[in-house]
Amino acid sequence: MKKLFQSEWISRLIDASLPVFAAMAALLIGAVMLFLLKVNPVEAYKALWDGAFGSSNAFAETLVKATPLLLVGIGICISFRGDVINIGGEGQMIIGAILATWVGLNFTGLPGWLVITISMLAGFLGGAIWGGIPGVLKAYFSVNEILSTVMMNAIAVQMMNFFLRGPMIDPSQAELASKIPQTARLLEIFRLPRLAPTRLHLGALIAVILAILVYILLWRTTLGYRIRAVGQNPHASRYAGIKVQRYVVLALLLSGAFAGLAGATQVFGVNYRMITDGSSSGFTGSAGFNGIVAALFGQLHPILTIPASILFGALLVGANSMQRVVQVPSALVTALNGLVVVFVVSSEFWRRRRQRRRLAAAKQNDESPPQPEPEKLQQLETGA
Amino acid sequence: MTDSNKLPSGQTRIDSIEMRGISKRFPGVLASDHVDFDVKSGEVHALLGENGAGKSTLMKILYGMYHPDEGQILLNGKPITITSPTDAINYGIGMIHQHFMLVPSLTVAENVALGLPSSRGPLTDLDRVSKRILELASIYGLKIDPDAYVWQLSVGQQQRVEIIKALYRGAALLILDEPTAVLTPQEVDEFFVIMHQMVKDGYALIFISHKLHEVVEISNRVTVLRNGKKIGTRPTSETTKQDLANWMVGRDVDFVPDRGNIQRGEVRLKLDQVSCGSDRGTPGLREVSLEIHSGEILGVAGVSGNGQRELADTIAGLRKVSSGHIFLEDKDVTNFAPGELTERMLSYIPEERMRDGMIKDFTVAENMILREHHKMPFSSSGFLKLKDISIHTDKLISQFHVKTPSQETLAKNLSGGNIQKIVLAREISRNPRAIIAAQPTRGLDIGATEYVREQLLGQRKRGAAVMLISEDLDEILALSDRVAVIYEGKVMDILSRQNATRERLGLLMAGVHPEERTPA
Repeated sequence: MKKLFQSEWISRLIDASLPVFAAMAALLIGAVMLFLLKVNPVEAYKALWDGAFGSSNAFAETLVKATPLLLVGIGICISFRGDVINIGGEGQMIIGAILATWVGLNFTGLPGWLVITISMLAGFLGGAIWGGIPGVLKAYFSVNEILSTVMMNAIAVQMMNFFLRGPMIDPSQAELASKIPQTARLLEIFRLPRLAPTRLHLGALIAVILAILVYILLWRTTLGYRIRAVGQNPHASRYAGIKVQRYVVLALLLSGAFAGLAGATQVFGVNYRMITDGSSSGFTGSAGFNGIVAALFGQLHPILTIPASILFGALLVGANSMQRVVQVPSALVTALNGLVVVFVVSSEFWRRRRQRRRLAAAKQNDESPPQPEPEKLQQLETGA
Repeated sequence: MTDSNKLPSGQTRIDSIEMRGISKRFPGVLASDHVDFDVKSGEVHALLGENGAGKSTLMKILYGMYHPDEGQILLNGKPITITSPTDAINYGIGMIHQHFMLVPSLTVAENVALGLPSSRGPLTDLDRVSKRILELASIYGLKIDPDAYVWQLSVGQQQRVEIIKALYRGAALLILDEPTAVLTPQEVDEFFVIMHQMVKDGYALIFISHKLHEVVEISNRVTVLRNGKKIGTRPTSETTKQDLANWMVGRDVDFVPDRGNIQRGEVRLKLDQVSCGSDRGTPGLREVSLEIHSGEILGVAGVSGNGQRELADTIAGLRKVSSGHIFLEDKDVTNFAPGELTERMLSYIPEERMRDGMIKDFTVAENMILREHHKMPFSSSGFLKLKDISIHTDKLISQFHVKTPSQETLAKNLSGGNIQKIVLAREISRNPRAIIAAQPTRGLDIGATEYVREQLLGQRKRGAAVMLISEDLDEILALSDRVAVIYEGKVMDILSRQNATRERLGLLMAGVHPEERTPA
């Protein structure tokens, strides 16, 4: 083993391709499951691939699905780096969307670019509020943010149901007996411009630009430095003069803001109205949760979260088409997604272990640097 | 009882344990390089070496926690294999770890019984355990209440529980991993009495330490390790502290640092009747008043847990003052936030450097700017200036001799001594007006300790006011211009360097004023 990996660049190449191998291994197990369901795996995976990447339309759909994942995901990068677990992406998306939609429906006299801008900011603000509340509760009242963000999701769903059935209902629906809970459609000039003759909209580009900005925020600004410092070690941060509680709130607030923006782009770029089936996933497509997975997949690094989001977007879109073409139960699609996550995350642990070994070996070759304490190394290896 | 092969605990004694040609390789490190080591019944064999010399590795091999790549272990001349601590215990080998392996919320008896089968099957047999604990305790005059909860016990008492635990499990050979690191001088003396008695009774003891004077005092033989290799074994009576120190570090060690004559200046830091609470809700500090001048080191001596932590924390702004005032250069800074104190050029070298002084998953460079990351030249308008940070870090790395592969290395990958150098570099390079140094050399090897002390003296020379809080009396005596003794949150007395004798400090640390003892 050791000799095989001795060359530095071969090692790095292996590291870089590990997640790909892991994903392939997951699909291999998926193939066994498909086989047991008496479905030809090759055919099924071809359908998956074609569904996600087969045509420019398919690829555009993949990117459309990836957009909210990426926006939620970069927010998750911020909060998780600050050691704040934000499970409230769904609720934050909803509140952001409600606020943005309200702007879009009520400022009809203003120019399109202005309303779009204000709406996006409203979405950002809505998510920030919905993330900020559990942030304040955690920082100043020690309320566990996992519980509070999940509960905030439930509240957001009911608020959405209330607004879309009541104050914000489409006036044309209000007069009908069926009363579909949805808002009126946005004016055409208020919709996010399309980037190609597909459903791909400006939101995707915004998300990529924001991912780069979040990277800069986390590693090039004092704000990001403090969020990471507080996340890694609140004791040392406090002692260094950082106001720990403030940055806990900020981490959750910013995280929520990006989710809120994700909600807004869904309305302004995809659906052009808000509609509810009574559940949160009916509106969000579970992007508030899947964004967490995408971010973890991207090693909580905003730039790496871009390909991770595209991968999950592809899986979501491709799996749908696979389901249609080869007629497999939707549960299998979910299982397949889960398998990929488990395998890739495991490969990440393996990669880190290899990296540590390399580091230790490098230390030995270099004479002056200190020797790591062997027992500590051992502990890390075994994960104890 | 008269059987010479039996120990007072009823256990058969171990005549000798011999480790031959032990090698152990970790990824990238040869932690143990063909080391021979042996210990006999009725002796204390000290294992001496700097951090990372391979002492712990060797002993963990003996205790079955690691498996050697090469070499063998002989018990009374017969080869044995030890594959787990359970094996080791069955052979009569016990280990007292540096960090106690006790459950604080359980009683002494429960801790001793933990992991052992009950003599009553599914029912507990704590009454029998308690009886046996009292038996074992009486042999060595260890005062232990089997029903006391471990969290109620002092560190010294907890250590006795660990010893009892090992004896209860039938240990005839004890590996003591830096047992004195956490004890007060008086507790160390008591501990040595116990060790002497055990040796007399035929136990074999291995004493791991890097405190030379203790090794010289207690051991019969001493083995020195350096970089995983054995440097040599000698009867302790044929060596001196200086020899051993040179063996350990491979070069001459300057023992008493040159303090130089410094004219002390104006009062830099002043505490006036400062009181505060503690984490336990009891008073942490009681009306503490003291002054530290420019160019002066004030040592704060005391038994662990008598308010040292609270003292450091209140001055650093991490703990609220309930009454009284703190002045930094004539400015009342009572209850200022840590950030404001940083602005006023107070530096703090915290006791728990891994927890409070350092972010383990940050790079060396990121740790170097922890205190001043928001200021020029490290950032402007909220953006970090990576180039300036890098230049600054490079400068500090070479100035403070930090051994690190690069400035992008994560702090957790460095040794304890190098981590303390980073803290020191960060805190000292700002040219602070006053420095609080809490246990600055605890757990460091000789080389690093020497370096830290030199740096503190350098700060004194530069004109900083330094408060040195330490439980190491040698350190206090070597560095301080004046010594304050703290006991139960009160300053018992402040002695000048000339009057601060070991005996006097010892009494004050125990809460006794020497004058009170003299009969009227």
